[in-house]
Amino acid sequence: MKELKILGVVAAFTLLLYWGVEPFAHGQMHKHVEGHGFVYDGTADIEGATSAEKKEAKKAFWGEVNEIAKLEGNAAAGEAGFAMCMGCHMDGAAAMGGVVPPSLDHAGALYDKKYLIALIKDPAMAMNTDHKFADTMMHPMGPVMTMFMDNQSIADVVAYLKEKKAAEPTTKEAFTEACGRCHAMRYAKMTQLGDTPEFKYEKDALAHQIKVLEAQDGVKGYMGKLPPDLSIIIRARSAHFLETFVENPQTQLAGTSMPRVGLNKEGYEKVEAYLTEIGDPSKPKREELGPYVLLFFVVFSFLAFLWKKYQWRDLH
Amino acid sequence: MAKFDENARPFSEKWLDERLGVVTLKKVLSTEYWIPKDINFLWAMGMVLAATFGLLLISGIFLLMYYKPDSALAFDSVNYTIMTEVGYGWLWRHIHGVGASVVFLIIYIHMFTGIYYGSYKKGREMIWISGMLLFVVFSAEAFSGYMLPWGQMSYWAGMVITNLFSGGSLEAYGLVEWIRGDYVPGDAFLTRFFMLHVLLLPLVIIGLIVLHFGTLRLPHVNNQKGEEIDFEEAAELYKAGKKKESKVIPFNPVFLSKDVFVMGVYFILFFYLVFYHFDFAMDPVNFDPADGLKTPPHIYPEWYFLWSYEILRPFPKDPGLIAFAIAQVIFFLLPFLDRSPNVAPASKRGLFNVWFWLMLADVLVLTVMGKLPPEGVWNQIGLVSALLFFALWVALPFITKAEKKL
Ligand code: HEM
Repeated sequence: MKELKILGVVAAFTLLLYWGVEPFAHGQMHKHVEGHGFVYDGTADIEGATSAEKKEAKKAFWGEVNEIAKLEGNAAAGEAGFAMCMGCHMDGAAAMGGVVPPSLDHAGALYDKKYLIALIKDPAMAMNTDHKFADTMMHPMGPVMTMFMDNQSIADVVAYLKEKKAAEPTTKEAFTEACGRCHAMRYAKMTQLGDTPEFKYEKDALAHQIKVLEAQDGVKGYMGKLPPDLSIIIRARSAHFLETFVENPQTQLAGTSMPRVGLNKEGYEKVEAYLTEIGDPSKPKREELGPYVLLFFVVFSFLAFLWKKYQWRDLH
Repeated sequence: MAKFDENARPFSEKWLDERLGVVTLKKVLSTEYWIPKDINFLWAMGMVLAATFGLLLISGIFLLMYYKPDSALAFDSVNYTIMTEVGYGWLWRHIHGVGASVVFLIIYIHMFTGIYYGSYKKGREMIWISGMLLFVVFSAEAFSGYMLPWGQMSYWAGMVITNLFSGGSLEAYGLVEWIRGDYVPGDAFLTRFFMLHVLLLPLVIIGLIVLHFGTLRLPHVNNQKGEEIDFEEAAELYKAGKKKESKVIPFNPVFLSKDVFVMGVYFILFFYLVFYHFDFAMDPVNFDPADGLKTPPHIYPEWYFLWSYEILRPFPKDPGLIAFAIAQVIFFLLPFLDRSPNVAPASKRGLFNVWFWLMLADVLVLTVMGKLPPEGVWNQIGLVSALLFFALWVALPFITKAEKKL
């Protein structure tokens, strides 16, 4: 039928147009970064090293991390080591070099094992932000390198985390522990200091605001600039970008001061779910309402078709 | 004074007719507004446009209840208040965003339909010109609306487009500041574009739609063969019950029944996009709040402006601006640059057929190039397509003049 042929031509041009300005153009605009499934073994760091010297250093570092990962860790022995961590990572901890050390309550569930090993061995190297430090000891968490000198003690602490600190976090806890010390989330009333309490008196609210500003200044000093609020980052970046960026920030934004946080796959899914809850809350509602609206118009079109048939019945 | 029937029941048809002439009005505008029978679904695009405009208007009214035209509040009023707190706010916003994008797709289909069938000449010039006015005002409406969420793309597109008014070497920065109400886009800029978007331009659009409909009434719409129909005679046949022999149908209900069916199918697609595939119409970059200190790596307009943007880009500054200005208005001249006496589908018009498909393909290529970063081979393709665009317009009077009368 002729009308269908015309429809075909219109549809073909429309699809070509769509392909050109969306998938094709965006494919050309953004370089493609391959994800690596939230496993951390240093491959990407070694590839991305900026000098031959750095490459060697990273090779040696991750080689050793991979060795430690093979050791049998002893959780009971690790508990004593973990007490040292708690010196900084306690509730209501004070900022260290700009940021408040995160709670480790769910560290075993959120973070990858090899990443944790690397982090204790040399935080700046693990986070892939060693380019920021002349000496990685200067990293705010640098002192940990003097606490766990031998490989077995690192394996033990990590075993402890993986056994005793592995309760499943809520999506909000995952976000708070992994991202929330640097990034605010104003649509969830969260700042770098966590949830914003309700204040009865304006004076207290203002006092809290000042504390937040101070905390932000600290982060700014450490990071170079204030990390962006993440309230609707889920709609501002593609899912693929977010995933590969969190996995290894350097691959998407070379030279960025954002550290790699070392989330494992489940941990990232939790964070992503929270970003979606806050930044795209209509998602479940869309999925619920959509089919009904479409069904309505299918029925509408069918009835309209019958009406048209009826009106045109004796025209030809 | 006219005679009024004392006994007519208030608001009965007779009562209304004596006061408003509703019976005549209904005939003139609907039941005896004759439409050729030989048309396809492309002739429903006008009503599809009207319906989409209706959706934009309704969803816009809902959004307006919560939107805050203030550069400090605008972003969160859209992205938080409307998207999170207002019941179904997200639905209205998605309808409005998708509608603004899709309306241009339908406008382009509608325009190229007119070009293909030669529906812009021999008495239909004013239909075309009023249509082009609609296109221009719709573009301004879309642009001003795009400023309102005050995201990164709002801000930087606003910056780039208002900069064009400096006129290249004319360096008319005073004019740019006058438009912005400030040195850079800021609060004054936002509030005046807000006014344009929600009041002045919609008023103009509604007026122009009425004008456009008015221009259709006397020449009647064209048909698939471009056949000149004696509408009076054909209407008599129809009214005498010889519907098979008559070449026309009344707008209401016969043509309308087809319009409504096409609209139904269109709305299935439309709402599919609203619920499941809206990203193309709501650029992720615009979900970052406006930041005058951080230029996004790629600044590009919405897809429907890309072809004319690409006509600006490949040339040096001044010629580029002139080319851009010409591209904005050249389609107005179509009825006068087409010198052929034929009203017929392009497929019957020899070289014009080649012209039509080249023009369509060229605008498509320009659109895609307009989005790509201006580097390497994309630059060359862009330049060639921009030159081809003008070459086609220069050639048009000659090839149509040479066209044989059918
Ligand atoms: C939102 C904007 C517009 C609306 C609501 C609108 C509406 C309509 C309607 C209802 C018709 C009659 C039915 C049909 O042929 O589709 C029509 C016809 C027409 N329109 Fe538009 N239109 C719009 C924009 C435009 C534009 C941008 C142009 C071109 C520059 C244009 C050019 C024409 C022409 C040439 C016809 C006559 C078609 C024929 O005679 O076969 N219109 N329009």
